[in-house]
Amino acid sequence: MKILGKNRGTNVPLSETVIELFIRLCGISSILFVFGIFFFVFREGADFLFGGLDLGQFLTSPEWYPTSLGNKRYGTLALILGTFSVTALAMLLAVPFGLGAAIFVSEFCSPKLRETFKIIIELLAAIPSVVWGFIGLTLMNQLIIKLFNAPIGLTMLNGSIMLALMSVPIIVSIAEDALKAVPDSYREAAEALGATRWQLIYRVLLPAAKNGLLAAVLLGAARSIGETMAVLMATGHSVNIPEGPLSWIRTLTATIAAELGEVARGGEHYQVLFIIGILLFTITFAVNLIADLVIKGIRKA
Amino acid sequence: MEKKKIEVSELRVRYGNKPALNGVSFDVYENEILGIIGPAQSGKTTLLKVINRTLELTRGTTVEGTVKLDGEDVHTITDVYGLRRRIGMVLPLPVGLPLSIYDNVAFAPRTAGPRKKSELDNIVERCLKQAALWDEVKDRLDSLGTKLSGGQQQRLTIARALSHQPEILCLDEFSIAVDPVTTMRIEEVLKTLRTEMTILLVTNLVQQAKRLANRTAFFLNGALVEIDATDVIFSDNPANQSTYDYVNGNFG
Repeated sequence: MKILGKNRGTNVPLSETVIELFIRLCGISSILFVFGIFFFVFREGADFLFGGLDLGQFLTSPEWYPTSLGNKRYGTLALILGTFSVTALAMLLAVPFGLGAAIFVSEFCSPKLRETFKIIIELLAAIPSVVWGFIGLTLMNQLIIKLFNAPIGLTMLNGSIMLALMSVPIIVSIAEDALKAVPDSYREAAEALGATRWQLIYRVLLPAAKNGLLAAVLLGAARSIGETMAVLMATGHSVNIPEGPLSWIRTLTATIAAELGEVARGGEHYQVLFIIGILLFTITFAVNLIADLVIKGIRKA
Repeated sequence: MEKKKIEVSELRVRYGNKPALNGVSFDVYENEILGIIGPAQSGKTTLLKVINRTLELTRGTTVEGTVKLDGEDVHTITDVYGLRRRIGMVLPLPVGLPLSIYDNVAFAPRTAGPRKKSELDNIVERCLKQAALWDEVKDRLDSLGTKLSGGQQQRLTIARALSHQPEILCLDEFSIAVDPVTTMRIEEVLKTLRTEMTILLVTNLVQQAKRLANRTAFFLNGALVEIDATDVIFSDNPANQSTYDYVNGNFG
């Protein structure tokens, strides 16, 4: 038997070393991929980002005219607000539904019903986003026109409903896991103290599972921010400062998807789209960082 | 010692097809400490769960026979949450709920209905003092109950069980995760509590029953083998040979 690696002096079989090396590689590769993607996106946009682009205008102007012949303007304020407003409204819809469903599945269902529910919820998560976009474009479009007497149904509300439907399964399955992870002894103790089911849930289970529940909500939000196809199809895809749920809007992601195929490689417009990519990167990074800090804060308290 | 607090008659409990209690009958008198001893799987915990009706939260259990509390069948009581608050329950492993020390103790009073802050403050202080924990935690009532040591958490559990001023206190092997010194402190607490309430003490330590209980019941395989004054159970000639073998450690 060969003596290898750090454990000099002890006999470590070759297979152990190979497996350890492989697992190490898997771990390191995920870091490499993230940096690789960031580097690529940054490289494509860097020239214009540091030479020519007015960053103040880029972030604060609502005027997005990248193809104007006389006066090209790259203002993404409307797109940023579009992304944030459609995500916020989607979370407003998805969080109560998702957490409610998770509580139902974990605390009120019989074991048989729970299995059925989980399968159905997983099915919901497996529906491709283009199908949601299609539903938004046809069914929900008509419904919103009829219900709100709106001239057109492809609005922020439409996109939000689609995003909510897509993030609910994520929220439900992660939140349900978090609730299931609360030890049964907590339930027994609270019940022995004469707590009703509802008192048990909001006095004991929700505080005990808050980290997991927060993670569920933030992952749902991350899904919404990053989603492209459904919002491209359902929100009207029109540059506009949103005024209410019935405004048509355009998001950062949809802009990249719709325009990248049409631009000259290496040109200003092309580079601006990559700068939007960097912006999206920064936003998701900030969301994750905040989530981390919040969870750490909760743990300390 | 004469008034019957709990009357158990012909109590049979099954988990699915597996019997846990096979027709058990006995009485518990007011203000006594009844020690309940017996090896694992003899139905001691099940008995406690029938009394405060938390057994029905487990799926697939069947209960026959009656348990009367002050002459009233517990299974006909409609306010089951009120019933559970009449009975303090201390479980084998200490369970500090993931709340502050203060909120742990104030939990049951709050579930019974909204209370004034000053009233809750009094309850928290009284119960923590009764459980011999007050001096150790009075300066950090806001910190998490789950961060206390095992022995402190168990005393917190006892304080919590006392918070709703129960008529009956059930302790299910409370000393299993507690060091001997703390165990002795809790035993002292129980001796003083005896004047205020009826105590059911399920224990694996037969010496604990000998130290504390007025009467002791010996359970074996879901049957009540013998119930008698503690002196008799621990004497050289209890009514049943297996009782003698168990308390003297010759069992199995």
